[in-house]
Amino acid sequence: MSKDPITARGDLRLTRITKSYGDFTAVDDLTLTIPKGSFFALLGPSGCGKTTTLRMVAGLEEPTVGSIHLGDTDITTTRPYQRPINTVFQNYALFPHLTIFENIAFGLRRRGIKDVKEQVDKVLNLVELPHLAERKPTQLSGGQQQRIALARAIVNRPALLLLDEPLGALDLKLRRQMQIELKWIQREVGLTFVHVTHDQEEAMTMADTIAVMNEGKIEQMGSPADLYDNPKTAFVANFLGQSNLIKGKIDGNDGDNLVVDLYGQKISMPKKRSHAVDNSLYAGIRPEKFRISRLGTPVKGNILTGGHIEDVSYIGVSTQYVVAMPWGQEVMVFEQNDDGVAPFDKGDEVNISWEPTFTFGLRGDEDIEAGTEVNPEELEEE
Amino acid sequence: MSQKIKDASIPTIPFKARFSRWFGRNLLRIYMLFGFTYLFIPVAYTFVFSFNDSGKSNLIWKGFTLNNWQNPCGAPEVCNALGNSIKIGLLATIFSTILGTMIAFAIGRYKFKGRSSSNLLIFLPMATPEIVLGASLLSLFLVFKINPGFWPTVIAHVVFCISFVVVTVKARIASLDPRLEQAAMDLYANELETFRKVTLPLVAPGIAGAALLAFSLSFDDFIITNFNSGTLITFPKFVYVSAARGIPAQANVIGSAMFFLALAIVIAGQLVKRKKTR
Repeated sequence: MSKDPITARGDLRLTRITKSYGDFTAVDDLTLTIPKGSFFALLGPSGCGKTTTLRMVAGLEEPTVGSIHLGDTDITTTRPYQRPINTVFQNYALFPHLTIFENIAFGLRRRGIKDVKEQVDKVLNLVELPHLAERKPTQLSGGQQQRIALARAIVNRPALLLLDEPLGALDLKLRRQMQIELKWIQREVGLTFVHVTHDQEEAMTMADTIAVMNEGKIEQMGSPADLYDNPKTAFVANFLGQSNLIKGKIDGNDGDNLVVDLYGQKISMPKKRSHAVDNSLYAGIRPEKFRISRLGTPVKGNILTGGHIEDVSYIGVSTQYVVAMPWGQEVMVFEQNDDGVAPFDKGDEVNISWEPTFTFGLRGDEDIEAGTEVNPEELEEE
Repeated sequence: MSQKIKDASIPTIPFKARFSRWFGRNLLRIYMLFGFTYLFIPVAYTFVFSFNDSGKSNLIWKGFTLNNWQNPCGAPEVCNALGNSIKIGLLATIFSTILGTMIAFAIGRYKFKGRSSSNLLIFLPMATPEIVLGASLLSLFLVFKINPGFWPTVIAHVVFCISFVVVTVKARIASLDPRLEQAAMDLYANELETFRKVTLPLVAPGIAGAALLAFSLSFDDFIITNFNSGTLITFPKFVYVSAARGIPAQANVIGSAMFFLALAIVIAGQLVKRKKTR
């Protein structure tokens, strides 16, 4: 405890953190460990508490209850400048009155580091902008400012680098490029990155581990593939990609599999992929896992019959179908355009099938709209 | 009109519509022209009559001369009065800027008991009629057995300048992105270093503006000065007194010079700003 917090290194541990503003609880009893050296993403919609969590780690907010440790050092109440943690702010917060060089040198000078020039030059080379050292921040493009903000933080070699929606202000193409670069830089410098974002694609591209947050709590945590393939809640299923959630009843066991009744049709799914607590469950299948077949064509795996094509959208790499099922639900199906033509037309009677192991099961009392950011009408307009 | 239309198939826009479109587009410019004319006619008049070969009274144009500009202290007492005004102006500016900036930070940045009432009370010297403020200050000085003169005038000027400084600096503080200070703290700057290295440099243009405003308010104040300066002559007092027997053209020279000095400061400020952001 007597150790200077600035020298602390190790895993970041948040223990039972709650942050309330009056009646509003921004972060609700959060416990989380971020391993040293990882690229960790806090993903969630705006207002889910992810930025508040980040600000508490940075020291810009104090938790109402709970503690924050870096390695063995308790940093819950230390001031921001006493923590070996640096932040890349949303909108960058570069000092407008200082040159790029002085912006980057700011942290080094405050700590009385000797070889400022050498270190700043090195980090400017890392972000590939050495020629901008003498400019002012307002003379830089958004992408350049973003890199300088990153350089200003990593030059200090913090135990932890926090990124608050760092790519939010960039256009799509630049964002993609920066995603790859950020990941590369993280490997290069070997620091722990904690990345806050509402963009699921961004989180999946960059992070080793993603914690999906909703209403101040962590819904699910895991690798991008884990979260996508086996979401535990409807919120995660909908927030990361799209999901078809079909209401059903568990009808029995078949070895390691469950037999599930979906509106009178029996399907099977692995037991261990079910998060249901009783007999009722939602069977979840990702749109690209479905296959469409004509009536009478033999198929492997699970099959649901009686559908007809409601809508066809040809989008190049794939064709997206909306299939109306006999119980009135419309499901999304993405088919790869392997053979270059869309073989089904609107109105065709079809069956849909899929590998049983792709199915995931959610509790039957879930709100299946949770985490769907855009409503169907908006989606059609796009 | 119909004869002018050569090809009846091309619809023409009637003159009235064309005029109203032109008028709509240029309305702002026309308005600006009138506005500036209104503002600058008195200044232009002052400037022109600073070249008047006036003799005693500077009311009628009697011919062009450079004498007044070559000899601005020519009229009795004028430069003494000017010197007093500059001295009082500088002192009032220094004190009111320091105190006002501190108040602005206190009100703009911190929550404390009585903050909102301080916020309101700071406007009081601005809203109080000068004649009341001047008279009250005089009676206050007399109660404390302080004779009107140089220092009471400085104190009186600080009183009304502070409000303007607070309002100006506060606006600048309000427009400051709090994330910049958070970023400084995040980069190992403690509270004092954050203030010195980030906050103060960013608020500085507001403080400079406030100081200029304070100086110009102090420099041309007459009413409050008249109550509290006793026998001391300031430039506004000099002009007022000499108005009875004709203002000497030297007053126009000094007035015009002050105007151009202010203009030069503003232009220089803009140039520096442009150079910085280039």
